[in-house]
Amino acid sequence: MFSSFELDMYIPVIILMFFAVVMVLGSLFIGRFVRPSHSTEMKSSPYECGEEPEGLAWSRFNVRFYVIGLIFIIFDVESALIFPIATVFQKFHKIEQGGAVLCSFLLFVIILLAGLVYSWRKGDLNWVKTYRSPDDDIAKS
Amino acid sequence: MNQMLPNFFERFEWYTDIIMKSSAYLEKDISGFASLLIFFFGCFVVVNAMALVGGLGTYAERKISADMQMRQGPNRVGPYGLLQFLADGVKMILKEDLIPRNADKFLFMIAPALCLVGVFAMLAVLPFSSAFILSDLNVGILYLLGVSSLVGVGIFLGGYASNSKWSMLGGMRGASQIISYEIPVTLSIVGVIFMTGDLSLSRLVEVQGAMPYEWNILHNPFSFLSFFVFFIGILAETNRAPFDLPEAESELVSGYHTEYSGMRFGFFALAEYIEVFIVCGVAVALFLGGYNIPFSLGTGQFFIETLGLSAFLGEMIGQFLELGCFLVKTLALYYLVIVIRWTLPRLRVDQVMILCWKYLTPIALFNLIGVAVWMYVVDGQSFFVLLSKLL
Repeated sequence: MFSSFELDMYIPVIILMFFAVVMVLGSLFIGRFVRPSHSTEMKSSPYECGEEPEGLAWSRFNVRFYVIGLIFIIFDVESALIFPIATVFQKFHKIEQGGAVLCSFLLFVIILLAGLVYSWRKGDLNWVKTYRSPDDDIAKS
Repeated sequence: MNQMLPNFFERFEWYTDIIMKSSAYLEKDISGFASLLIFFFGCFVVVNAMALVGGLGTYAERKISADMQMRQGPNRVGPYGLLQFLADGVKMILKEDLIPRNADKFLFMIAPALCLVGVFAMLAVLPFSSAFILSDLNVGILYLLGVSSLVGVGIFLGGYASNSKWSMLGGMRGASQIISYEIPVTLSIVGVIFMTGDLSLSRLVEVQGAMPYEWNILHNPFSFLSFFVFFIGILAETNRAPFDLPEAESELVSGYHTEYSGMRFGFFALAEYIEVFIVCGVAVALFLGGYNIPFSLGTGQFFIETLGLSAFLGEMIGQFLELGCFLVKTLALYYLVIVIRWTLPRLRVDQVMILCWKYLTPIALFNLIGVAVWMYVVDGQSFFVLLSKLL
């Protein structure tokens, strides 16, 4: 149904985004005339419970979500690919082809589920990943 | 052409009459310009209504929490303190606009705007009533998921650009939480798409009936479960308690908007409250029957034929009834979200991630497979239809 694809339909989206920008800029502009502006050295320092700030915040620290970020990308791409399957399923089911669609869908999801189980077993979903070295296994046995 | 608002008006003679006459007068076809004007006006109404909803949301939050804690809550400004949000707005405009000296100034300034742009863009596909959808996109729900991530970007940028440690931690938490909880939410939505076979939100609503047993939530046991997964997911995506870790006031001062003052902070708050309303509206549209009202009162036939009203008036009453139905359901969910915030304690940050990846995602996948198999095995009939056939 390519005929129903028309860019006209996105006009309200642009108008709404325009309103959002106008709202932000407008109220900040109005505020310029009424708000005080006495910035001092102390006022413009980042808040650190009243202490002198210690270095920048843009330092290295353990994000901990690195692997989860990767899993997220896989899941996100996969859900983008499931959307078409879900959309056409009913149409195919009406012409007795639903089984094929269902099977391809299940295959897709089960591979994904296997990936989730794998990363779960590897401990990537844990907050603190426990590394198991071969020595531990030997020590246990 | 799939433009709901102008199409609704084109059904009436006086509208086409005006267009015809003014076109003849100007010797140009102004129907396109007229529909643009209608859209502009519709967007204006919706944006203002949503600003009001956001403002009253803060009032409702404070009043309900006061109720639950046996306090008075705001009661000075206006009757019952109803105008408190206006007083807050004025106060915010009057506050000094501080930008920390080490901050990335450009990102710091656009972060609240990004949040608000994302939230307002989500409004475009929200189905208020059968004729009042600003833009009934054919990829509606996919579009909604896309622009809702803009809010996450805004929150992360706000945290990053402030160059404060609290903000940084809050922004990081926000980013990880919002992207993680998108997975169970998306998978729950895919389940609904399986039951409907269309992505546009008006179709998603119209496939359901008006009575509770025709809603998607009671279509089958799996969709019943996936509503709860969806609801928990949207709580986390909008950073509402018990998932308000990005702005956890007892550990991170106020998280990603620690360094924001005045109106810039106000935009973050406004965006959050409007987003809660929108995602509640989406939950209503997907699972709780949307704007459908019983006995097909929404078409206005009843008012035109039985009560003898004019066509325009009858259809308008129908539309307003649908709008009321949608608002009642959405505000009920909004109330539930607020009550949950003041009832449950906040989760720890690792528990939030574990809840998402070890509980909600497998449950959502199970629901998805369950829905797919159900649709195949029983030809897409709902649980209650099957039950009525058995009896």
